[in-house]
Amino acid sequence: MSLSTSLTIALAIFGLALIYKVSTWFRYKIGIQSIEIRTSERVFSALKGILLTVFSPKILTLLKVFVLDVLLQLRILKEDFLRWFMHLCIYGGFMLLLLMHALDKYITVALFNNYYPTINPFMFLRNLFGVFVILGVAIAIYRRFILKVPRLITNAMDIYTIIIVAVIMLSGIFLEATKMVAYSDYQRMVNEYSGLSDPQELKALEAYWVKEFGTVSPNLKGPFDEKILAQGRDLHQSSCAECHAKPQWAFAGYGTAKVISPIGLKIDRARLPSLLWYLHVLACWVGLAYLPFSKMFHIFTSQLSLLANSVMEKGKSFPANIATRQVMELDACTHCGTCSLRCSVAIVFDEIPNINILPSEKIASVKALASGKKLSPQALRNIQEGVYLCTNCYRCTVVCPVGINLQDLWFNVRETLLQKGYPEFFALSPLSFYRGLMREQTVRKDYEKPLIRAREAIASQCDLMKRKEKVLPLTPADRPFQSGLNLSAQARTFSVCFGCQTCTTVCPVVSNYDNPQEALGLLPHQIMHAAGLGLRDLAFGSNMLWDCLTCYQCQEQCPQGVSVTDVLYELKNLAIKHVRERAL
Amino acid sequence: MEYAVFLGCNIPARLNQYETSTRAVLEKLGVGWVDIRDFNCCGYPLRNIDFKVFLLSSARNLALAEKRRLNVMALCKCCYGSLKKADYLMKDNASLRQEVNKTLEKEGLRYEGGVEVKHYLPVLYHEVGLTSIKEKVKKPFKGLKIATHYGCHALRPSQIVQFDDPVSPSLFDQLVEVTGAESITWPMKLECCGAPLWGIHDELSTDLTLKKLKNGRESGADYVCAACTYCQIQFDTVQQMILSQRGLNHPLPSILYPQLLGLSMGIDSGTLGLKMNKIPISEIEQLQTEQVEIPA
Repeated sequence: MSLSTSLTIALAIFGLALIYKVSTWFRYKIGIQSIEIRTSERVFSALKGILLTVFSPKILTLLKVFVLDVLLQLRILKEDFLRWFMHLCIYGGFMLLLLMHALDKYITVALFNNYYPTINPFMFLRNLFGVFVILGVAIAIYRRFILKVPRLITNAMDIYTIIIVAVIMLSGIFLEATKMVAYSDYQRMVNEYSGLSDPQELKALEAYWVKEFGTVSPNLKGPFDEKILAQGRDLHQSSCAECHAKPQWAFAGYGTAKVISPIGLKIDRARLPSLLWYLHVLACWVGLAYLPFSKMFHIFTSQLSLLANSVMEKGKSFPANIATRQVMELDACTHCGTCSLRCSVAIVFDEIPNINILPSEKIASVKALASGKKLSPQALRNIQEGVYLCTNCYRCTVVCPVGINLQDLWFNVRETLLQKGYPEFFALSPLSFYRGLMREQTVRKDYEKPLIRAREAIASQCDLMKRKEKVLPLTPADRPFQSGLNLSAQARTFSVCFGCQTCTTVCPVVSNYDNPQEALGLLPHQIMHAAGLGLRDLAFGSNMLWDCLTCYQCQEQCPQGVSVTDVLYELKNLAIKHVRERAL
Repeated sequence: MEYAVFLGCNIPARLNQYETSTRAVLEKLGVGWVDIRDFNCCGYPLRNIDFKVFLLSSARNLALAEKRRLNVMALCKCCYGSLKKADYLMKDNASLRQEVNKTLEKEGLRYEGGVEVKHYLPVLYHEVGLTSIKEKVKKPFKGLKIATHYGCHALRPSQIVQFDDPVSPSLFDQLVEVTGAESITWPMKLECCGAPLWGIHDELSTDLTLKKLKNGRESGADYVCAACTYCQIQFDTVQQMILSQRGLNHPLPSILYPQLLGLSMGIDSGTLGLKMNKIPISEIEQLQTEQVEIPA
């Protein structure tokens, strides 16, 4: 397959994928608000929004963000110097190589009429930029595989990306090095450019190149006579120097050439330079074709995300554009893991091994969800639990280096998933406080549904609550349950309850109702009693458990020292554990 | 006197004025403030879900503070209660401590119990002292009636939190009176604000909040004063929501203690973020008097 065919294929994949990806920004829907908005309206709003922004004072904000966050990447610097340095090495080095070296025919030649890849400063800069990228990749490997930053997850895409970039860079350097030692490359240059034919002159030039340029010759070996070298130097000056700088300037390639020179002849015989050339170029094509499918796509999308988020505001921007931006942001994620490092509840992942707790991983699940991929009920429940296990502290959004509004994303995904009908038991915790504050932005008629569903799912497991006429045996029914109430030392204290009802009397929730038993089921003293008797169903099935304020009035005033509130806490833990295990 | 200040999740996200006002006040009073960026959730919202998760999350913060040899000062009383509880368990229960430390050690942390957890009100009361605070009060209030709200998780369980006398606390009232305001007596002073059930059972939460605020208003209060993140959001943001839902008027506005103290110290209302409160409180400035300097 010729090179131009492979390039065409790579470009075609890249182009088609790009078109497909961009189309998803306008087609995929995240959140209840975006369901009603049609694709055509989103395209139209996007154009309108862009025009209105560009021709308004907001253009200054865009310029500022472009310089500070896109070019200088100050958001990464704020997080971590090492990461900023790493990314700048990779991105700076790669972009400069792309412009100066890969696209030299189009850009560098147009700018510098004396351009030649083997003269300075181009030869030196090519090496310098390459070394930048390699240094950056080395730091990336160090962070991900040696330093082992806690909760920084490395997935296949991260590894592929590192491999592709590393192969491009290393093959480039080895290519340069093998060309330096390869005798046939030397001969080709002599034939093409020197115009020499006198054997003595050719020998002198070759000697000079063997000594100074690292060429490995099958005919000549040093040390050489000073006179021959002087003649070779003169010939070099007149025939070669104009378009060939000293190889030492290509320090990475030259250094490598020195290392491999003992096998220089074999390298040449095996035509390694042309093999490496193919490897180098093909790796570039692979990278190009893979780019829209990988985290490398952020080269385009992260800028869009940063710029869009700097001028867009919920409530002010067109809702259609917010819907579009949210899908686009999914493609801007670089899987850098900053959100997970700063996440307020990331530590929970150590106890509850649901990967969707970590924002950096949650976003991949949201991507699958948005694409309309058929997910198993189990997967959906895991995502739902992951997005619910969030204190809505906004930290992920504040620290995201590409400015993704993760907080809004979680909120929208949460509300959509909650309406799918799987009970979310974590909704019965103060994690719901934020949802309460945001209730105006949920679908009002469905706001209560998830809360009722979770309570019902728990109550449905409690047979005794449903069959009130059932006669109970006098011996405790569930000893493991009884002895299971021992998470914190306090919770065992229920056994000393003598039923004085002080807890119930002082409970502000109980006193809020005219008929508390109807609203709450078992009252606090009855729950203590049920725990004492090991009647799990009665303890789990009461609304009182989930309506407890945890104000600790009961516990403070108990004459027997029963840690009533703590017992209620533990019963809630056990109930959730029980139903979660059954649901999974 | 220097503390690792524990802001928790809500303050940076939706109660920024609590941070700015407390910073300004503590700076004037010479209390050092250290931010630990790695702090995570105090564990409070996780307690309903899983005790171990709660403890791990809470103890990680204590371990971070211990590593820097700092005591922790919490602004939110739910954070305070949770951290206190975790601290108690980690000091008291060796097997739990071992288990939690085993997980924490994965990231090079462990907690040995060398941290003291405090809420900033007792820090002001016991460590700065009423006299020193009084010296800084330049524009005391006159004729201002404040209903102090202590907050459940600061007072109870008293054996663990050790904030003040759980039956008749007075620390907060004294701190309010330093500003020249009158701290009124009101029957429901020690009751819950309702926040723990907001989002879980809104009807019930609303009932409790309204009952409490009505009691405060009827007892003659101009403002309720909170020193807790959840209580303040409940009395401010949520009160505003439920008044409009139930078609009620006459809110009892809530002011954060550092806003009240800050005003009396002459700190400008912008720094104290008065305008960031949902239910307006700016009128309170009209009740301030300029202290007349008495030459020595």
